[in-house]
Amino acid sequence: MVEVESEYSPEADRIMSVSLGPQHPGAGHFRIRLWLDGDYVVRSEPDPGYVHRGEEKMGEYRNYIQNVPHLERPVILDSSNILFAYSLGVDELMNSKVPPRGQYLRVIMSEINRIISHMYFLAIQGYFMGHTTMITWCMGDRDFWIDLGERIGGARVTFAYVIPGGVRNDIPPYAIEKGLKTCDWFEKRMDEYEKIFFGNPMVHQRSDGIGVLSRADAIALGATGTVARASGLTFDVRKDEPYSSYEDFEFKTPVLTQGDSWARAYVALLDMREAVKIIRQALKKLPQGSVRLKLGPQPRVPAGETYARTEAARGEMSYHIISDGSPRPYRLKIGVPSAKNLRVLPHLLHGVHVADIPVIYWGLNYWPVENDR
Amino acid sequence: MRERRLKVSTTPLRIRELGIFVRDALGFDHISTVSGVDWIARNQLEVVYFVGSSTPGQEDFILAVSESVARDNPVVPTLIEVWRGAEYHERETHEMFGINFQGHPNQSHLLLPEDWDDLPPLRKDYVSPGR
Repeated sequence: MVEVESEYSPEADRIMSVSLGPQHPGAGHFRIRLWLDGDYVVRSEPDPGYVHRGEEKMGEYRNYIQNVPHLERPVILDSSNILFAYSLGVDELMNSKVPPRGQYLRVIMSEINRIISHMYFLAIQGYFMGHTTMITWCMGDRDFWIDLGERIGGARVTFAYVIPGGVRNDIPPYAIEKGLKTCDWFEKRMDEYEKIFFGNPMVHQRSDGIGVLSRADAIALGATGTVARASGLTFDVRKDEPYSSYEDFEFKTPVLTQGDSWARAYVALLDMREAVKIIRQALKKLPQGSVRLKLGPQPRVPAGETYARTEAARGEMSYHIISDGSPRPYRLKIGVPSAKNLRVLPHLLHGVHVADIPVIYWGLNYWPVENDR
Repeated sequence: MRERRLKVSTTPLRIRELGIFVRDALGFDHISTVSGVDWIARNQLEVVYFVGSSTPGQEDFILAVSESVARDNPVVPTLIEVWRGAEYHERETHEMFGINFQGHPNQSHLLLPEDWDDLPPLRKDYVSPGR
């Protein structure tokens, strides 16, 4: 059955329709249409598309290497992970085996990006709860990870580091030492986050039991990533189908069962703890050898079809790539996690107070630019 | 496709039945995404539902359920009743390929501007400005 969001008619006199966004300070380029009965949301409808850039159409006009820089633009917070899935797909179509050092460097960079993305998420989540310490701490500490990424990838946020065939360049030796130090420091720092943010009674009051998503609904609505794992689902592509040597590292998939906004933020912190473990193991065990295969400026990709996926910071990042043997992809579908979690939003907003909307909305770890592509 | 991926193709007439079967009997209950493909040379449009599973042990399996429909009159049934999460993915496939999902509650534009009156942009005969 098609879900009925409300028993109220939006046309009735007492129902007021309000547009939240697209100039909302936290929401960014995104609008939510709301129908309110007093302070309660009786119906809501997300309205994305303000930053649609036609990435999929652009992908059909460019060859497989030219596609690298523009494909990371939808989610610059998590730029390695969106390219990671693309590179896996192209590697699979070309039947190329990435050298072990390249595989490890891909893992290191995508875990650094996971931390960068989650730090931004926690910063804004704190801001939406009126916890301004969190935004200053997280934004500040995030920069140390951006610095580390800059030493490896050469750019601050859009690294274009993971490319088909491996990674763009080798890691400089001093970055290994710097990375290990950053891991040690950050683990202590996360203990402080736990005390000041997650142990804070105000944060608990603002997010406990707000926007509860049950496990069954998480499955039915197609939720993924932090949203799914906060609702008791164990989805983690790194564990389910280990790619790029993820089977070499010891880490857990954090799963919580409360399914509320507090759990969705806390699962991100637990994710970062595991990410630090993976980065440390990968830096210590980094194999010798080359970091990429020589593909040339216009690689020939045999005809075929693939569905490649990785676990990005927000959840499952997937690519449906169809090649017809020409230098350009015939079809390039980007299945971004924000689009998979968007259907959860109107479901959770039904019946909540207006004041809870920002906490629920940002708790989904939704990134408008990523959804719009 | 690689291991642990399987593509099943059917017609719009049978897709709902197949969807219910793979969800209930095989446990593919988690929609991952919906993709469309414009096969202009054979005058067909293809809709592909990528579905995963929450059943322990088969989380790594992705099943692609696909249907093909004529380009000049692309009408297919909606599968929201099978996978609720497919709603916005189908809406996107509708605006990008002009495929009409019969029974869909809202097929207004999701990502495109409201006043878009050109061809659906991901069709192969639509050419981007400047190309």
